[in-house]
Amino acid sequence: MNPATEELIPVHQKMEDEVKLHSFRGSPYGCRVEIALKLKGIKYEFIQEDLSNKSQDLLKYNPVYKKVPVFVHNGNPISESLVIIEYIDEVWKGVPILPQDAYTKAQARFWAKFIDEKCIPAVFKVFGSHGDEQDVAEANEQLQFLENELSVKGNKFFGGDNIGLVDICASYIAFWAGAAEEALGIELVTKDKFPKLKEWCDNCINCQVVKDGLPPRERLVAYYKWRFGKA
Amino acid sequence: MADEVKLHGVTGSPYVCRAVIALNLKEIKYEFVAEDLSNKSADLLKYNPVYKKVPVLVHNGNPISESLVIVEYIDEVWKGVPILPQDAYEKAQARFWAKFMDDKCFPAVFKAVSSHGEEQAVGEAHEAFQFLENELKVKGSKYFGGDNINLVDISATFVAFWVGAAEEALGIELLPKDKFPKLTEWSDNYVNCQAVKDSLPPRENIVAFFKKRFGKA
Repeated sequence: MNPATEELIPVHQKMEDEVKLHSFRGSPYGCRVEIALKLKGIKYEFIQEDLSNKSQDLLKYNPVYKKVPVFVHNGNPISESLVIIEYIDEVWKGVPILPQDAYTKAQARFWAKFIDEKCIPAVFKVFGSHGDEQDVAEANEQLQFLENELSVKGNKFFGGDNIGLVDICASYIAFWAGAAEEALGIELVTKDKFPKLKEWCDNCINCQVVKDGLPPRERLVAYYKWRFGKA
Repeated sequence: MADEVKLHGVTGSPYVCRAVIALNLKEIKYEFVAEDLSNKSADLLKYNPVYKKVPVLVHNGNPISESLVIVEYIDEVWKGVPILPQDAYEKAQARFWAKFMDDKCFPAVFKAVSSHGEEQAVGEAHEAFQFLENELKVKGSKYFGGDNINLVDISATFVAFWVGAAEEALGIELLPKDKFPKLTEWSDNYVNCQAVKDSLPPRENIVAFFKKRFGKA
């Protein structure tokens, strides 16, 4: 059974486990954690945060960044989406999110870090500048690394036959970037420039665990029009 | 079958030092491949095409980049002295703080150093240090890792050693003892750990580097 596209394999959960996720609907970083939770079949309570009026709990749980997502397991908080996902993968067995092999695991961590530190900021900058030529060139450079990685590996996903840490991390590109592109009339991840990456985007957002957690696209497009739109 | 372990780096880099400390903690024999950053080796560019930076660890021909990724890899492959905690929650906390060093602490310190101790920049660095101070206070232990150093201590090497060298080089105060007693005490303990001591570059080299790079004309 391919867990990426078929029914979730239910995972036994201890009766006393209390799992909460502080986030806001539509957050790409929060969605990453939700994908991980759905992959493992973990029941959790979603606590919607108003970022202009953060809850006492959020400020108590994440005093360093005061940001979402914050994952709370039996009262113990964890912040930073990639840290949360690794924790989830360790605590709950079932569908693996990180590779087993130490070297492949290191590669996955490298790419996840690259996506957060280089790729997403570069793509985001393009939207902020409404497609400034230099910003687009910079973003293309970063996206090319992902294109090459998919080309070299020759798999459906960065994680192989099934989605893994890197796919979850790159879901921003698969969905949020696409919505922003539409909102602003900018073309970034096109079939002719990045055929593998474009194909990966389509496969990624069609995974059940990803699809189930995505916000409504038209609402996101409208948000981006408002957020980045010209006066 | 003998493991072939190489580390591409430069001796003055705090990031390279992290990898060196991890290798020394585990008593791994390795070859240090000194890079000239103004003339990077073909190997380095082949092994790290994304960033073209050091450190790069090469294990039996397989390259790994990014210091924290390298340290975690070393911890997984070689048993012996543990670098990450065993407990999943404590491990997550360790990863959080290691990330904090890179995402918040280092940039703030860099800004404070490169601006020659400009007030606002130092203020931001102090804000970052305060989180570390609180963490040590709450833990009440010698190191972030408890009785022994762990991933967090290793990721904070630049605070323990490079900050002091920068202070001396530029005649600025970044980490005042009265404001950060725990962090200062931790720094002193940390640089005296055998594995760390064995890994640190000569202090005068780092002082000289800071003078050259950021010193006033």
